[in-house]
Amino acid sequence: MRNKSEIFKLIPVFIFLIFFVLQRNLSFAQQKEEDTAKTEAAGEKQENKNEVFKPGPYILHHVLDAHIWHIAEIGEIEVAIYLPVILVSGKGVDIFNFNKFKPEEAKPESEEKGEKKHGEGTLKHNGYLYANGKITAEDGRKVYDFSITKNVLSLFISVILLCIIFISVSRAYVKRRGHAPKGFQSLIEPLILFVRDDVAKSAIGEKRYEKYMPFLLTTFFFIFINNLLGIVPFFPGGANVTGNIAVTMILALFTFTIMTFSTKKSYWIHIINTPGVPWWLKIPIPLMPVVETIGIFTKPFVLMVRLFANMTAGHIIALGFIGLIFIFGQINVAMGYSVSVVSIIFYVFMGLIELLVAFLQAYIFTLLSALYFGMAAPEEEHH
Amino acid sequence: MELVTPGLGLIFWMTISFGILLFILGKFAWKPVMKMIKEREESIENSLRAADKAIEDIGKLKISNEELLREAKNEKDQILKEARKIKESIIEEAKTKAVDEANRILEQARENMNNEKMAVITELKNQIATLSIEIAEKIMREELSKDEKQKTFINKLVDEAKLN
Repeated sequence: MRNKSEIFKLIPVFIFLIFFVLQRNLSFAQQKEEDTAKTEAAGEKQENKNEVFKPGPYILHHVLDAHIWHIAEIGEIEVAIYLPVILVSGKGVDIFNFNKFKPEEAKPESEEKGEKKHGEGTLKHNGYLYANGKITAEDGRKVYDFSITKNVLSLFISVILLCIIFISVSRAYVKRRGHAPKGFQSLIEPLILFVRDDVAKSAIGEKRYEKYMPFLLTTFFFIFINNLLGIVPFFPGGANVTGNIAVTMILALFTFTIMTFSTKKSYWIHIINTPGVPWWLKIPIPLMPVVETIGIFTKPFVLMVRLFANMTAGHIIALGFIGLIFIFGQINVAMGYSVSVVSIIFYVFMGLIELLVAFLQAYIFTLLSALYFGMAAPEEEHH
Repeated sequence: MELVTPGLGLIFWMTISFGILLFILGKFAWKPVMKMIKEREESIENSLRAADKAIEDIGKLKISNEELLREAKNEKDQILKEARKIKESIIEEAKTKAVDEANRILEQARENMNNEKMAVITELKNQIATLSIEIAEKIMREELSKDEKQKTFINKLVDEAKLN
């Protein structure tokens, strides 16, 4: 059992290493900061400035993943990070910077597109087309997009941040062996104890909780840090990592995998022959077994959706308040300013709620994971 | 729809980075942290237990000290009581002894006095007797010069002597 899990841990490391070797050969990781004044995209953008502000696409644009990490706009100059695009298709791996994508040359088509908003115009590079945030091949072959997007970069930043924080905290623990926590360590310790005592011990049980502690702590702090980074509106934060369904899906899948691997006989018996339920719910039509079997999969699904929906909703509301400023600003500049006061008050209020939610969602995800682990292998006393 | 469609790239990177994070933190952060917290909790628990035991010991010591003190006091009292008793008995004895001695001396003195008295009386009696005899001799010599008178006189004396 133990060896198996070690191997499981090693697989992603190997894949990661292989990818890094590939990337070095193909000179990846050139994250350029460029002003778009030169590119034609800027021209398109200036045209767009006169257009009517549409809150829907504006909010979605900020909630969704992107190939550009827009940082600021100082006057005419746009400060943004163009992220590397990694494409895998039948022809092999293609890696280039996103700023290589240029608007299509064909004049009549581009004029048509000019009417459309920024980001909707088709961009072209090396036989690939970029439209509506999706990259496709011109010749119609299937393209898999492994790009380092905004969320992926934010993910990396948070992973590095987490490693730095917790390795330094663990060093502090080793250094101050047997002494009271000090400094940053004492900020983190209550959280660690919270996860241990109120989440793991109460949900899994005194005897077996230790095995799950690394996963629970990692998940808790990963979600918590990413939620917090999501609240920060400028560069290192601002990405909607925990509000992305892919991220929450993988987190839920980790929980699901660990849960399934730690199941015992009693768990499966509980599903096939649920105790404490009238026999007629099981015998002619296996109603309860079906419900329980579906339940196996709804558990991770619910984990995935809850975190995603909560974080995304928080972002949408916050962005909505900001969007109000622009909507009223377009009607009348003075009105925009006056609304901005109210909007910012509400935005700060939302931010505070988001702080609570950031912690709460991390806690709920961890607690439910722990409960599922506890369910997978219940302690003997209960049966 | 894009909002709820998980992107392949992000799935891939998330799996890798979370896996690595789990591995690194599990190995280099959580293992030592959990160990240290556990160790510290144990040491705190042990210290508290030791402190409790020390307090208990001190309490016991105090109790035993008090016991000792009380015992010593009791003993002292007893000794004092005994001493007092002995003293009293000694005094009593001395008193009775003195009274006895005094009585004895008094008795002796009385006896001696009696003896002395008796001796004096006898002496006196003897003297009186001799004196009487001398007197009697002288009277007799005078009286006996005449026979008749002699005779009646002797008879009379004899009678008188008998009466005494």
